[in-house]
Amino acid sequence: MSTLTKFSAIPYTGPAPTNREPYVPANVAQTDARGEEIAAKISNNALQQERGQDMPSFSVDRNAIVDVLTSLRNSGFTIPLDLFGVDYPRRSGGRFDVVYQLYSPQANERVRLKVRVAEDESIPSSVGVFKGYDWYERETFDMFGVKFEGHPNLRRILCHEMFQGHALRKDYDPAQRWLLTEQGVAKLLPKIDPKFENVDTDFERVTLNLGPSHPATHGTLRIVVTLDGETIIGADTEIGYLHRCFEKMAETHTYQQVIPFTDRLNYCSAIINNVGYCMTIEKMLGIEAPARAQHIRLMLSEFMRISDHIICIGTNLVDMGALTNFWYLFQPREEILGLVESCCGARLLPTYTRVGGMAVDAPADFLANSQRLVNMLPKFIDDVEKLIMKNRIFLDRVIGVCPISQEDALSYGFTGPCLRATGVPYDVRKASPYLGYETYDWDVPIADGGDTYARFLVRLEEMRQSLRILQQAIDRGLPPGPVIVDNPYVALPPKERVYNEMESLIYHFKLIMHGIQPPVGEAYFQVEGGNGELGFYVVSDGTKNPYRVRVRPPCFPIFEAYPQMITGQTIPDAIAGLGSLNIIAGELDH
Amino acid sequence: MTQALLMRYLLWPLVKFLGAFIVVQAIVAAMNWVERRLLGLIQARLGPNRVGWHGLLQIVADPIKFLLKEDIVPSSSEKVAYFLGPMLPLIPTFMVYCLIPFGPPPMFIAARVNVALLLVLALTSTGVYGIILGGWASNNKYSLMGGLRSAAQMVSYEVPFGLSIVGVLMICGSLDLVRIVDYQANNAWNLFPQIVAFFIFFVSMNAENNRTPFDLPEAESELVAGYHTEYSAMKFAFFMLAEYSAMIVNSCLVTLLFLGGWTMAIDGKGLTTQQLVSMGVLGGIIGLAIFLTKMMFFMFVYIWFRATFPRFRFDQLMDLGWKWMIPLALGNIVVTGVFVLIGQERLMYWIGLATLGAIGFHIFRKPVPAVKAKTAHEVAHAS
Repeated sequence: MSTLTKFSAIPYTGPAPTNREPYVPANVAQTDARGEEIAAKISNNALQQERGQDMPSFSVDRNAIVDVLTSLRNSGFTIPLDLFGVDYPRRSGGRFDVVYQLYSPQANERVRLKVRVAEDESIPSSVGVFKGYDWYERETFDMFGVKFEGHPNLRRILCHEMFQGHALRKDYDPAQRWLLTEQGVAKLLPKIDPKFENVDTDFERVTLNLGPSHPATHGTLRIVVTLDGETIIGADTEIGYLHRCFEKMAETHTYQQVIPFTDRLNYCSAIINNVGYCMTIEKMLGIEAPARAQHIRLMLSEFMRISDHIICIGTNLVDMGALTNFWYLFQPREEILGLVESCCGARLLPTYTRVGGMAVDAPADFLANSQRLVNMLPKFIDDVEKLIMKNRIFLDRVIGVCPISQEDALSYGFTGPCLRATGVPYDVRKASPYLGYETYDWDVPIADGGDTYARFLVRLEEMRQSLRILQQAIDRGLPPGPVIVDNPYVALPPKERVYNEMESLIYHFKLIMHGIQPPVGEAYFQVEGGNGELGFYVVSDGTKNPYRVRVRPPCFPIFEAYPQMITGQTIPDAIAGLGSLNIIAGELDH
Repeated sequence: MTQALLMRYLLWPLVKFLGAFIVVQAIVAAMNWVERRLLGLIQARLGPNRVGWHGLLQIVADPIKFLLKEDIVPSSSEKVAYFLGPMLPLIPTFMVYCLIPFGPPPMFIAARVNVALLLVLALTSTGVYGIILGGWASNNKYSLMGGLRSAAQMVSYEVPFGLSIVGVLMICGSLDLVRIVDYQANNAWNLFPQIVAFFIFFVSMNAENNRTPFDLPEAESELVAGYHTEYSAMKFAFFMLAEYSAMIVNSCLVTLLFLGGWTMAIDGKGLTTQQLVSMGVLGGIIGLAIFLTKMMFFMFVYIWFRATFPRFRFDQLMDLGWKWMIPLALGNIVVTGVFVLIGQERLMYWIGLATLGAIGFHIFRKPVPAVKAKTAHEVAHAS
């Protein structure tokens, strides 16, 4: 028996997608009504509601954006989720759309603002409203050349200094190569924090470069610190060393071909990325994966979350000199990767999901193996907890180290364990459940203080909560049925039928050559990744290639706050803090 | 006559020193393998097991690798100091082997000096120069910071290290290591009356050797490799050699000072030095075996610590040294002095034993559950 899904014998009778049909999200009427309420509350003339979107959407005049963002922030939209550009070169009246997305944890809703801007125009910078928009604006400038007036430090962030042009513009030729020579490298000199400006300057201050290749950076990050003794009095960071043009590459590939690229975002929990991307496309197509596929996705997502936290805790402890936890925890991680391998043959970068379901069905012993893992994991978590959580040296190293206040965390756009460690119980799985998370009995762990210790507590408890979800999922068993939708415009027919039936062969050919063609429009979908909200924003023009894919990497705003977090701390603290943030360079640099 | 003198004062000590040198170097090489296998065991993994039986030939393979690797000298380094750096710590640690009795005298001691302990302390404390020199000469900020950390750390912990020994000296009344051991054989291990001194000595010796949790000078995640960042091949191996040799020296010291060295006797009953000497060659071997077993136990503890503890932060390390260890060591001297003055040394044994019992009870009592994160659900229902 092949593990390939058996299609039902009845030929597909559903509608064939007509090309360039507009995307109509579910619950449009409610969303639009809600949009009107928000517009009434803000009551700004520059605000124009855009109807028919998947979240309350407005187009805003570029000069009013700071006012609008301020009033939105004051009415509860405190988390700046994203800021990015979309390029429409042939459009009149402003070539770029700069899209702002905000989230309100109290009301549990999102809002999208669009600012239309022409090539020679600039937008007032909103860094004063949300601290997190500093890097996002730099990224938009880097990728589109959109200028933000009043930005304190508007320079390239992901591409290097000798890069010419703006990579995500539609008329940028991706075949160009730009060399960076030593003369072009920006000299980073961190600004000294005003708090430390008046300290005794009899001693020479040292500027130290941590990274891009440093044992504690786990990837290629560069941190430049100015030291007074061992105290960091100024810090600056540089990213982009692992920039792989994910968004640009997505534009030249078909929807299915983008899935392997998503693996490389957060390579510690790759399946969550797969799920997030595929569910975004499924949302646009208006389809839902079969129950069996959803169950497998949920279980593997939770296993991946555990493995992500294992890596974070393990490497963080190694950075603090506690070697054993790292290797000890890698044993269950190997087992988790083994489970993924048994499903799809790959371990780290599985590319296991497809739009509309899974690539192949899970093996027959999937549930038994999962149960074995769920039985063995608590011992590892408990052992590590016992080893560190009552160790005085460890506690001295983490309590009060690299703290961030709740207010700052929100302003930077923190999500995930780092936000929950400041006491905000925001988890995408609870706030806007997907894959049936609402039907499981589990809790969102939170802690106070926002320091390294709080992040440890949250991650340890989150692994236990994931195990709770997994145990319930195993008890429910895998629902019977196929693992991919029965829709030949989305999913490839099985090989046996392609070889034997004319119609299947044609579907196969059409899908390979012309790809999946979602309706024209845009959609944003978010899942809870290992580090926080992992969102995908996809613009479709009805062709086989995405017009624009935007990933919202949870690490990005978290690392942005890092210089602020380490100022006033010592180097060992900075290293301990960096580990606890779980910065994954692949995700950070897209 | 001259020949006999030469034999007695030059040749024979030299042979014994070489013997000790070879044995200790063999232990250093073996420790490399033991440490990695033991860490593997503790960390639920294998460790090196490919070269030879259970990876034992790793002991040979590592030096070969070190010898054959390219020796890279940074062009901006201070050449003379850079070359001296790895060699300086080696010389004093090797010299110490002359002074340490590895078994019952006179067979297992190269040079019996009546101020041996003082000389040992003086020699081991010079080890820091090589590290500072190496860190500075590398012309690398990480190395410099490693070197400076090391200087501050080793100098700070030298104080409690030395002070903790004073209590032992007051009880035993001698700086001669052989007499210190004999005193313990005739009474009981100094571990009991000098329990505080033992812990201070033990912690300080970890700090002296830059071992976890005091491995800040080479904290690999912070300072890449600390003072030896720029060292490769045999120069790096020299640093390692010095570190492990110093570990062995310190393990020998703690064995001699607190655990009765090569003897296994209480109140003069059991395997005392006289007993062992009277047994001839067999007694020598037994004494050596007892000594090495005790010494290897401390080597094991070094590795065990490395597998268990995270690293201190620099200010915490200094706090511990200056605010806790030194006052404690000074207090220990005063208390010991009082007991010696009133002639109640025996009472101290019982107090020490009681303290050990209390520590054991503390370790094995029912553990307090660790702090856990609250959940949003709990918080909502609590308010």
